[in-house]
Amino acid sequence: MSNLINGYRPSASATWLRIISITGAAILTASCSEGVLDPHGPIGKAERVILYDSTAIMLAVIIPVIILTLVFAWWFRARNSRARYRPDWEYSGRIEMIIWSIPALVILFLGGIAWTGSHDLEPSVPLQESSAPLDIEVVSLDWRWLFIYPHEGIASLNRLVVPAGVPLRFRLTSTTVMNSFFVPQLGSQIYSMPNMVTQLNLKADEPGTFEGLSAMFSGDGFSDMRFDLVATEPEAFKDWVNATKAQGGVLDARTFEELSKPAKADGVQTYAQVSEGLFDRISSGSTATVSPQRGQ
Amino acid sequence: MFGRLSWAAIPFNVPVVMIAAGSVGFIIFCVLALVTVKGWWPYLWREWITSVDHKRIGVMYIFLALLMLVRGFSDAMLMRSQLALAAGHAQGYLPPEHYDQIFSAHGTIMIFFVAMPFVVGLMNFVLPLQLGVRDVAFPVLNSVSFWLTAAGVLLVNVSLVVGEFARTGWLAYPPLSEIAYSPGVGVDYYLWSLQISGLGTLLSGINLLTTILKLRAPGMGYRQMPVFCWTALASNLLIVASFPILTATFAMLLLDRYCGFHFFTNELGGNPMMYVNLIWCWGHPEVYILILPAFGVFSEVVATFSGKPLFGRRSMIMATMAICVLSFLVWLHHFFTMGAGADVNAFFGIATMIIAVPTGVKIFNWLFTLYGGRVRFTVPVLWTIGFMVTFVIGGMTGVLMAIPPADFVLHNSLFLIAHFHNVAIGGVVFGVMAGISYWFPKAFGFTLNERLGKAVFWCWFFGFYLAFMPLYVLGLMGATRRMQHYSNTHWQPLMLVALAGAVLILLGIALTVVQFAVSIRQRERNRDLTGDPWNGRTLEWSTPSPPPPWNFALLPQVDRTDAFWAMKQQRGTARDRIVKRTYQTIQVPRNNPTGFFLAFFAVLLGFSLIWRIWWGAGLGLLGAIVVCLMQAWRSDGETEVPAEKVAAYELLHGPKESAV
Repeated sequence: MSNLINGYRPSASATWLRIISITGAAILTASCSEGVLDPHGPIGKAERVILYDSTAIMLAVIIPVIILTLVFAWWFRARNSRARYRPDWEYSGRIEMIIWSIPALVILFLGGIAWTGSHDLEPSVPLQESSAPLDIEVVSLDWRWLFIYPHEGIASLNRLVVPAGVPLRFRLTSTTVMNSFFVPQLGSQIYSMPNMVTQLNLKADEPGTFEGLSAMFSGDGFSDMRFDLVATEPEAFKDWVNATKAQGGVLDARTFEELSKPAKADGVQTYAQVSEGLFDRISSGSTATVSPQRGQ
Repeated sequence: MFGRLSWAAIPFNVPVVMIAAGSVGFIIFCVLALVTVKGWWPYLWREWITSVDHKRIGVMYIFLALLMLVRGFSDAMLMRSQLALAAGHAQGYLPPEHYDQIFSAHGTIMIFFVAMPFVVGLMNFVLPLQLGVRDVAFPVLNSVSFWLTAAGVLLVNVSLVVGEFARTGWLAYPPLSEIAYSPGVGVDYYLWSLQISGLGTLLSGINLLTTILKLRAPGMGYRQMPVFCWTALASNLLIVASFPILTATFAMLLLDRYCGFHFFTNELGGNPMMYVNLIWCWGHPEVYILILPAFGVFSEVVATFSGKPLFGRRSMIMATMAICVLSFLVWLHHFFTMGAGADVNAFFGIATMIIAVPTGVKIFNWLFTLYGGRVRFTVPVLWTIGFMVTFVIGGMTGVLMAIPPADFVLHNSLFLIAHFHNVAIGGVVFGVMAGISYWFPKAFGFTLNERLGKAVFWCWFFGFYLAFMPLYVLGLMGATRRMQHYSNTHWQPLMLVALAGAVLILLGIALTVVQFAVSIRQRERNRDLTGDPWNGRTLEWSTPSPPPPWNFALLPQVDRTDAFWAMKQQRGTARDRIVKRTYQTIQVPRNNPTGFFLAFFAVLLGFSLIWRIWWGAGLGLLGAIVVCLMQAWRSDGETEVPAEKVAAYELLHGPKESAV
């Protein structure tokens, strides 16, 4: 401080303090401008509210506890002759009452959030929207993502194009091991599992490109199992569908067998035509999935 | 002849592995050579390897855990440095097939071969002393438990050189761990080493549980039992209830892999989700198996060094037992994202949060134990206060993730990694470190160097915050766990901070070794001649340091909590009662090599099964059965220490109250 008053360069500790605070602020800004703290859909936004609210509620208890711990330990240090030593004090009904009540009340409150939040944001429940949802079928492969648009009759590999402002209704399965379908900026993730169909409902509020990934380790190619979710204006989405149909490429049992062989995710691909009921055959385990014998 | 085993199983082409294996092999060779040249084998065999003394076994457990901490931490350093490098287009220096083994080994080793032996070792050493008894209920079984754990450790480490380790994560979820997706021997190493050590843990749980329930000093009811014993009771109840689930689950996966069964396969009605449920039915109680004894350590430390009884003892015990029961009702919170539905998720979310109530009460109890105390800032106290500050943060993020919709965005992210390291390091490791520095003088007769002990604490404390706070942020930024590289270069600065934190913890581990070395050199200066270096409250401090093989020459008479404290208060008035000591012949168990031989055959059995060497498996199984039968037919299990010898020992080392 004296250095500052004298008008010379700040002391080393002040420099450090500045570096730390600038880095801290930069990290904070960075963390808020991507990932789950920067949601672009109603689900993600609702989940961020829950994150903020519950953290605030708990901090209200935890920060005083941390401070009290340090204060008690410091004040009652053995060398402090002013602190009163009470060698036999071990019980107080009033304090016990309070220390059971505080966490109980916090949990009562958070339990309410958990209950309503679980029901409001249950992944399988469709969003309450006026516009009709877009159905998308998701298949996790080794180690790529296949997106089938059943009503459009097209499919896309490693790139998910959706219209912004339209509810998205996902059904998910896996041809191989478990994966988790996750687009952090839209919200909830859900497992994709073999012989099983899970459901997820999301929405992108505005156009943009959001990174998607597998959040469940699935083997050697796992780290590259990323894809872009591209939210476009609804008109642009229609154009994309038409362009995809014009581009050609057929996804049938034979091409699917090719796809289900282990390969790292690189490049995107589209299919103008998808054989009817392919997703249901995959999810019921009736596609002839070759035992991949991977790894060795 | 040798099943799948061939020279190709040894990764000569991977320099990292060969250098690591070479240096470890060299160190082992040097140690063995030293022991041979110095002629220490008979001593080691007599005093340690075949010892059935619970104190020796406890020390061996902790030594094993410290060794494996170094192994597990090397894995951590590899992971942190890989992730510090592999940003953008960079792939780092560890290819996925190697990196995947490293994080799987890190998790497996840290939980099963570091945290578990630490906690079991502490319980082994402390329980009989605190309960005022001469040994655990089944001393030979205790040795068997330890050596089976050591067998598991050996198998896991052999996988570094011969073959490979699992690339499936530390819980080996199917179908990834099924033969179709993991055809190598890695998962088999994982399964067999954990089956063998898991059996050891179960036997140890039965042993310690029986000890607490059936062997206590005369007059010590449950109400007079020290709090550490209560937490150990809860922990061992959990071991006995949950480890059979683990064994059965692994047995089913083994049947899938070896015999073509379909419990968890994709085909023929197998259901991988069942494995996930079962493994967490064990896995969540496991968390409390580790943390409850750590809570016990903190309770002892905070009371002793505040110079007053634990505040709200009944609350503390009720909270412990509540956690014990509740820990079985929350397993589904590990996979809210499986899609079980709103009601199920909400139930398990709320059940999880309810555990925060007794845990919060415990924090407040420690807080009010400090209140009105005379707190001596020794090393165990630093760990305890560090724990109280750190653990509440981990508890908060835990409750956060117990809210299903919050978990939907945090699940499997680095936020989760930060959370469980926050409670595992801030809770279990801090607890064990507090316990080691607290009971070290009891075990070895001299205190550890305080200055170095404090340096170790600060390294771990700041190292933890540097290493894991960035991971919380990264998780919120969308970074997921187990990735070998990432394209988002924004994450790299935080990854570098995390690496710096890991380096600081590494320094802490190195200083621990220095602390032991320096303390051993200075042992004459720091001798504990009283047996009670901290002005303790519980019975272990009434024995000489180190205690004789029979612990107590006369079994203490207990009529209240903090029994030793009470004795010290009464000593002035009841002196003549103590002076009139008449000693009797004491029976102590003989040394027994059963555990060691059983472990030998268990390693042979496990290794042979892993490599499908069927004759070796047969030999291992047969050998194990023969060893068990020989033990069953042994008749000279105990030896007598004559009363004169006990009296002589007590005269030399016992309490000097006649001098009062």
